[in-house]
Amino acid sequence: MSKRKAYYASKLKRATHLLFYKRHKKPGVKGWELRKALGSDYPKVLKLLDDYLKMLDLQVKTVFEEERTVEKPTLEQLDKARFLITLRGEITPKEAKMIGWRVDDLAGLAIAISYIISKRGKAPRKEVEDILRDKLPGWKVGLNVDRYIRYGYLTQDENEQLYLDWRTRAEVDQNALVDLVLSHEKA
Amino acid sequence: MQSKKEHENLGREKLQRIIDTCKSVEDRALDPFLVDIKGNINALKEYFPEWRIPEDLCLDAETVHHLASVTRLQSEWVKHRSTSLYTDPFLLEDKIRRMTKADIVETFAKVWRPTIELEQISLRSITEAIEYWDSLLPMKERWKEFPLGENETGTATREELISQRILRDRSFSEELETFWQQLKKSTAEKGENGKIHYWNFVGADTYNETVQRAFMASFLITYGYATLEIHPLEEEVFIVPYQKPAPNTGSKQLVSIPIAVSAEDWQKWKKGELQ
Repeated sequence: MSKRKAYYASKLKRATHLLFYKRHKKPGVKGWELRKALGSDYPKVLKLLDDYLKMLDLQVKTVFEEERTVEKPTLEQLDKARFLITLRGEITPKEAKMIGWRVDDLAGLAIAISYIISKRGKAPRKEVEDILRDKLPGWKVGLNVDRYIRYGYLTQDENEQLYLDWRTRAEVDQNALVDLVLSHEKA
Repeated sequence: MQSKKEHENLGREKLQRIIDTCKSVEDRALDPFLVDIKGNINALKEYFPEWRIPEDLCLDAETVHHLASVTRLQSEWVKHRSTSLYTDPFLLEDKIRRMTKADIVETFAKVWRPTIELEQISLRSITEAIEYWDSLLPMKERWKEFPLGENETGTATREELISQRILRDRSFSEELETFWQQLKKSTAEKGENGKIHYWNFVGADTYNETVQRAFMASFLITYGYATLEIHPLEEEVFIVPYQKPAPNTGSKQLVSIPIAVSAEDWQKWKKGELQ
């Protein structure tokens, strides 16, 4: 193995350890942490890792501090971004159950996220709970919203307004979700 | 003919109404175009020459501030409408209501890429744990300084328990409520701008009582009856009572703030050297 290959092979292993294992309260690693651990060429290491993960149907996901994806990020933006490993392809509802989500809870999450998107990223908790109550038992609605907040899908301010949080930005293709909901036709 | 004073009062009411409307738009995510910015600016212009006292000028500035916020929301609203994320909320709500749970889950599964996160103990943490275990004294050695005496069982009345300070004569919640009223009263009398210096509130004639008050104050803050305001540069700590207990929303990260209430500090406070 050439010196260069060996260099990147060891960096890839280190990046895998850092990204797969949860080290902080939130999963993933900040760009500056990766720079510290892997060196200044960490974006290249992540690119190699992403290519490698393709065959496993996984990907390295970058979540920028700003709400939207940045096309050509600067080093500063990368340093502040959070890097995570997510699934690359689709998951089936059956698989969702296997990773610990009940159909009810997942449906509730989808509804809450779509509704908040339609309300320009901010909606009163009461309105979200009302729409959830349509299909979920009343006692469960508040608990579910709290759970979505705890997991980082939603966040809430002191005026009980709900917003989308970092995990939704990392895991959910918001445009595609709204398009799919709107284009859904009853079979 | 309307007198000058009446005209001023009318102006104040008008400005307050504008502020309230703007606030409700800001807080409840209502359509920001419900606010007539131009009309309200004209009203501001109309009353501005009347204002003489600082309070009225502040009201005017606050109105301008809120109108500016609503203008910003209008700009964001236009931007959002021009993006692909814009959707008519009513249309989306209608769709969601008509979809079955299974349909919703199937749709969501198509756009959801859950994060992979593993939790596993590392070799380093195992080593640290073993080192900790090795240095840990056996239970019998750790507990030997607390010899258990032979106890006789018996009965005690509530009054006896109160006199031995095992029970209080009032429930804790009642006591907390009374303490909160005390805080509000002390703030109104001795504080300023709705807050009071921490030591001026918890400080008492005896050190024991001071510790007791500091203990109760910590519960007032934890349960949302009051909050702390800390000025690190000035090394000042204030307690700010809420008029209504603030609900714990669960989304905020709670932080612990240690405040030392040592006998030396208490003595300093008694001498007026500490606030």
